[in-house]
Amino acid sequence: MTIQGWLQIALFCAVLTALVPLLGAYMARVYSGERTWLTPLMAPLERGFLRLIGSRGAVEQDWKSYGLAVLVFSFCSLVLLYSILRTQGIQPFNPEGFGPVPWDVSFNAAASFVTNTNWQFYAGESTLGYFAQMTGLAVQNFLSAAVGMSVLIAVTRGIVSRGGESLGNFWVDLVRSVLYVLLPISILGALVLISQGAVQSLGGYVEAATLAGGDQGIALGPAASQIAIKQLGTNGGGFFGVNSAMPFENPTGLSNFVQLLFILLIPAALTATYGRMVGNRRHGWALYGVMLALFLVGVVTTYGGESAATPAQADAGIEASADGSHSTGGNLEGKEQRFGIASSSLWSVATTAASNGSVNSSLDSYSGLGAMAPLVNMLTGEVIFGGVGSGLYGMLMMVLLTVFIAGLMVGRTPEYLGKKIGAREIKLVLVGTLTVPLLVLGLTALAVSVPAGKESIFNPGPQGFTETLYAYGSQANNNGSAFAGFTGFVQPNAPGNAGSYGLAFADLLGGVAMLLGRFVPLIAALAIAGSLAGKRIAPPGPGTLRVDSGTFSGLLVFVIVVVAALTFFPALLLGPITQALTERLF
Amino acid sequence: MRELRSTIVTLLVATIALGLLYPLAMTALGGALFGDRAGGSLIERDGEVVGSRLLGQSFAGDDDYFQSRPSVTGYAADATAFSNLGPNSRRLANQISARADRYLAREGSYASGLTRSRIPPDAVMSSGSGVDPQISLANASIQANRIAAVRGLPLDEVERLIDEHTANRQLGLLGEPGVNVLELNLALDQEDGG
Repeated sequence: MTIQGWLQIALFCAVLTALVPLLGAYMARVYSGERTWLTPLMAPLERGFLRLIGSRGAVEQDWKSYGLAVLVFSFCSLVLLYSILRTQGIQPFNPEGFGPVPWDVSFNAAASFVTNTNWQFYAGESTLGYFAQMTGLAVQNFLSAAVGMSVLIAVTRGIVSRGGESLGNFWVDLVRSVLYVLLPISILGALVLISQGAVQSLGGYVEAATLAGGDQGIALGPAASQIAIKQLGTNGGGFFGVNSAMPFENPTGLSNFVQLLFILLIPAALTATYGRMVGNRRHGWALYGVMLALFLVGVVTTYGGESAATPAQADAGIEASADGSHSTGGNLEGKEQRFGIASSSLWSVATTAASNGSVNSSLDSYSGLGAMAPLVNMLTGEVIFGGVGSGLYGMLMMVLLTVFIAGLMVGRTPEYLGKKIGAREIKLVLVGTLTVPLLVLGLTALAVSVPAGKESIFNPGPQGFTETLYAYGSQANNNGSAFAGFTGFVQPNAPGNAGSYGLAFADLLGGVAMLLGRFVPLIAALAIAGSLAGKRIAPPGPGTLRVDSGTFSGLLVFVIVVVAALTFFPALLLGPITQALTERLF
Repeated sequence: MRELRSTIVTLLVATIALGLLYPLAMTALGGALFGDRAGGSLIERDGEVVGSRLLGQSFAGDDDYFQSRPSVTGYAADATAFSNLGPNSRRLANQISARADRYLAREGSYASGLTRSRIPPDAVMSSGSGVDPQISLANASIQANRIAAVRGLPLDEVERLIDEHTANRQLGLLGEPGVNVLELNLALDQEDGG
């Protein structure tokens, strides 16, 4: 651990915190229909789109209509993306001539991108042509992000509604998310990335005659434009197989910093948006503070863990001490020189806090302690920033749980922002917060007990168990990062799809995990909002728990940590904890 | 139902606008503004592409070149993959150990006082992308002894070249310093034969 490492982490936190109120305020104005500086440009496009949609864009939707629109939209997106992946053979912009992706891998990938997960059993540059990446994957990067943000805004409206069941209109929220937020910032981000060297080209792959007399096939592609929205929309699916470790995706320290910012930017800023929309900005800051605190705990443990030698490294006699600018030291297996230990650790924690899932280093090679925070981040339910929109509505369910427990402790009816929280709301909270952990535990247990499930495992010993737990934890929580040794797609003749086949068990189980993990909490959140929308707001009394105080923040952290710990401690014991405690090699 | 019609319209509009117009516009704009950086920062010698500024290559077996970091994909830049070997992996321990042996065998006779514990980790642990273009300064300094001896150059001349091809932290703070091996080796060739 070096001074420069800590300074980078501090700079990152400072810049993020400075941007949160700025972007948060802007988004609050966008979703409330107020005028912003982009309005002159985007308003005509927005009106044009809504005219195409017709009357569906004008109605006020209650939680059921909003939810139905989301589900229909997502299902059709799934079918569309699946079709694009299966028809690669006949598509333009496919200079390498990749054929159709196997049906089970296509299902997994389609479910993955529609649910904002971006779990990839495949490697982009050896499987997909540019057309599929642009029109299939990148489009879902925008749309799944917009869905998450829209649902959060709908939930917010339900919470503050003073009578009337309307949560807004899904189509309006969707187009505003894209036109005013996702697209402009992506364009900016893409240009910054290209300036650093990220590729943005439609040419075919190049054959280079290397200096030492060999040859090297160099893949290209319209990557930068996709990477910008991949990070901004907490999607995470890389253009190339090794994601942001590839120099063509992430060439410099600056491109790395910008991508890191994009990973957390919208989830963090939405806390400020939420605070403004509910008329309690300090509550928004309290939520941000809780997320940041839990995030930093993860950063410290991972940075510490990766700065030491792993058992394998120590066994081979290699030291891990850093040496100023001369050597990064640490566990460099699967890491890039230009990122070293600090930036790689910061990224790994940010990406799993935010349900993003992109990586700039190999998670499967992280030490037991280093991998703990990324894994636990996901297992807390992706509420530490979380996905765009989905992270905050997930966090709000934890807030309701906290308010409920606090109410029980003092013997008063729990209330949140003036509305009484009753049995119906708490039942929905339980559905929203327990479905995903149950999926994770159940599917992991299933996958490690049947031969079909074990086929995907790469590393022997407890690492293999961790790979599986990580895989289903990641997919059910819609994160998308992986211990990439865990496989669901075998390509014997990479690059290309000739002779390749999927491992149906892993593909199908993963796809189901992602779909249920996304839409069950989503619908539960909308139902809670619908239930709260009709309630009267009572003025705060002496028994009200203030939601903008240190007590509340502390209690919220406690609830998040205890729920995750009680659920997952036995599973963690079998994998990463065992590995962190033993020097034994497997 | 009516949601279905709205869905189909939206997906069509999005596919065209976000799936085609957006990336095509960015390709045109990126190419116009940043030229060969958008096209992979390719390096040409005598009209032939010899690699990219951003990608590492193999120099194994050539003792008069600086050696890149280990790669488990053979430096393939069209099929990138991680090693995925875990921290308690015996296979990994053996791999690192074997690479350390080779490093000592290659550099030991030129770099005095080189022991296993002095080998920088980047020299014996595989990179994330398999095409990492850089090595650490420590790694470069150790190899400089061999290069100077084999090529018959003064040591401080080699170290000057290393300095020229070292990318420092951006804004003084972002990332880690590293030496670009391909560019360094190209410069060495120019120095020598040019």
